[in-house]
Amino acid sequence: MEKIIKGKAFVLGDNIDTDQIIPAEHLVYSLSDPDESKKYGQFALSGVPAAKSGLPEGHIPFIEVNNFESKFDIIIGGGNFGCGSSREHAPFALQKAGIKAVVAESYARIFYRNSIDGGFLIPYESFGKLSDKIKTFDQVEIDLEKNILKNLSTDIKYNLKPLGNVLPIIEQGGIFEYARKAGMIV
Amino acid sequence: MGMTITEKILAKSAGKDKVIPGENVWLNVDVLMTHDVCGPPTFAIWKKEFGEKAKIWDKDKLVIFPDHYIFTKNVHANRNVVLLREFAKEHQIENYYDVGTDRYKGVCHVALAEEGYNIPGTVLFGTDSHTCTSGAFGMFATGVGNTDAAFILGTGKIWEKVPESMKFTFNSKLPEYLTAKDLILQILGDITTDGATYRAMEFDGEAVYDLSMEERMTLTNMAIEAGGMNGIIAADEVTRAYVKQRNDKPYETFQSDSDAKYFKTYEYNVEEIQPLVAKPHSPDNRDNVKNVEGTALTKCYIGSCTGGKITDFINAGKLLLGRKTQVPTFIVPASTATAQQLEAEMINGVALKQIFLDAGCKIAESSCAACLGGPDDTFGRAVDKDVVISTTNRNFPGRMGSKKSEVYLASPLTVAASAITGVITDPRNFL
Repeated sequence: MEKIIKGKAFVLGDNIDTDQIIPAEHLVYSLSDPDESKKYGQFALSGVPAAKSGLPEGHIPFIEVNNFESKFDIIIGGGNFGCGSSREHAPFALQKAGIKAVVAESYARIFYRNSIDGGFLIPYESFGKLSDKIKTFDQVEIDLEKNILKNLSTDIKYNLKPLGNVLPIIEQGGIFEYARKAGMIV
Repeated sequence: MGMTITEKILAKSAGKDKVIPGENVWLNVDVLMTHDVCGPPTFAIWKKEFGEKAKIWDKDKLVIFPDHYIFTKNVHANRNVVLLREFAKEHQIENYYDVGTDRYKGVCHVALAEEGYNIPGTVLFGTDSHTCTSGAFGMFATGVGNTDAAFILGTGKIWEKVPESMKFTFNSKLPEYLTAKDLILQILGDITTDGATYRAMEFDGEAVYDLSMEERMTLTNMAIEAGGMNGIIAADEVTRAYVKQRNDKPYETFQSDSDAKYFKTYEYNVEEIQPLVAKPHSPDNRDNVKNVEGTALTKCYIGSCTGGKITDFINAGKLLLGRKTQVPTFIVPASTATAQQLEAEMINGVALKQIFLDAGCKIAESSCAACLGGPDDTFGRAVDKDVVISTTNRNFPGRMGSKKSEVYLASPLTVAASAITGVITDPRNFL
């Protein structure tokens, strides 16, 4: 596991559900085929209404037309991030787009589990909302040892909630490696 | 300190005498359900992770229902059904319900009940957030992603954090203008879309136990809309009678102890609840139908695991009998069994199917259809700036198709009343 995650922030509001993260019409592509699965990156966050895409201004595309990866690296969300369906395609799509971590005030259970057990990205919880403190395009840095997010554009630091008892699974990169290490499966 | 029904079932599944909310336990899974959207990637992960030695932990406990994208020309969607079929053939999965055969059942959550997989006291996981529907049978049921499902497929086990429980009691007799959909919309408005995150939602009270199994399933179905891990209703005689018709396996039923601890309890008198809608764009954006009456509509939709069961169509049929719809109205029976019931179930001597056809409704074959938008050629899909009133479960932006569309969620009574007038209408106007 990396100790520092650094990059450009993309800011979203509350209740970003999985239909906004990856609309249902796109759930038909293969997740294992290297070429076809790029489409998940291409359409990541394509369900977010334009006015709410890249806060506070909005109307900022997460992915440029015909691109498969985003120029953003970290998503800053509000409350109840990833609510809605159980589709693992959601954290997968964000990973494909190049997202390393999401920092949100809270998560829906299945998205949170999927992110960790599938090893797609790190779902950090903030104390209170950072989506109204950090701006899209801000440079941010997460220190995974200290659980601190630093906004390099403003030099302000925010504490993040420790990952707690899911940290061992995140460190192993997912539930299968974790279970192998623990001797549960071979 | 006593335990809730959810805690008791999880303790049994974990092989423990007692579990405490917040603790992580490894559960032994009784049934794993998957479908055409999440089955293929689940099987791919299972093969990759377990390699040459990959073995299904118990073939009798794996149930596969193609249901999401069935009646479409989309080649990728069709390929997913082929992948399910090949997997079922290769591994000789008996509980596979193939499209285009007599075995095809339609929407997984309703089919699980109808085919006898819902057994009180057991633990069911599914690769779909509405797996919580099965909790209507006094069992623990919840949704997981593909990786967790692949892990279960190979081991029969999964970790879960024992949830705190919330209890919702509905007292008095349900008035004829309300359905279970109004009750769950009432809760959603009160606790919001994350009010039950990582918690169990337990339903109780006279109005709940007066409900049929189908209506109880509407309550537990939308537990996920409040973020709930599971929804649950303890089994009673209604449950036992339903299960007995479909399965003769012995089972154990559980009840919450009188001194069980709850995160919070809510009590309602159903006589004080009005017909409700969830306005765009969130299931918790609750309002009385009266307050939005007159909103012009372009589509009405009655279908899905939430609102496409036989009881939903009986409710809609009561209002549509002898009347015409003013806007395109789409009928999608959740299951093939429900579709058959539409032909058998009569109101004043007229079959439900005939009532809907006479009213000018369009009727499709069973599947998830436009509840979740789906490919462009999906029946009833919201396009452009459609304004839809629907018996389905979610109205987040773009959920039923077009991002520009607006979706109101309501009971089948309210949707039928609105179909008759072409604008959002209180069902009491026709009752």
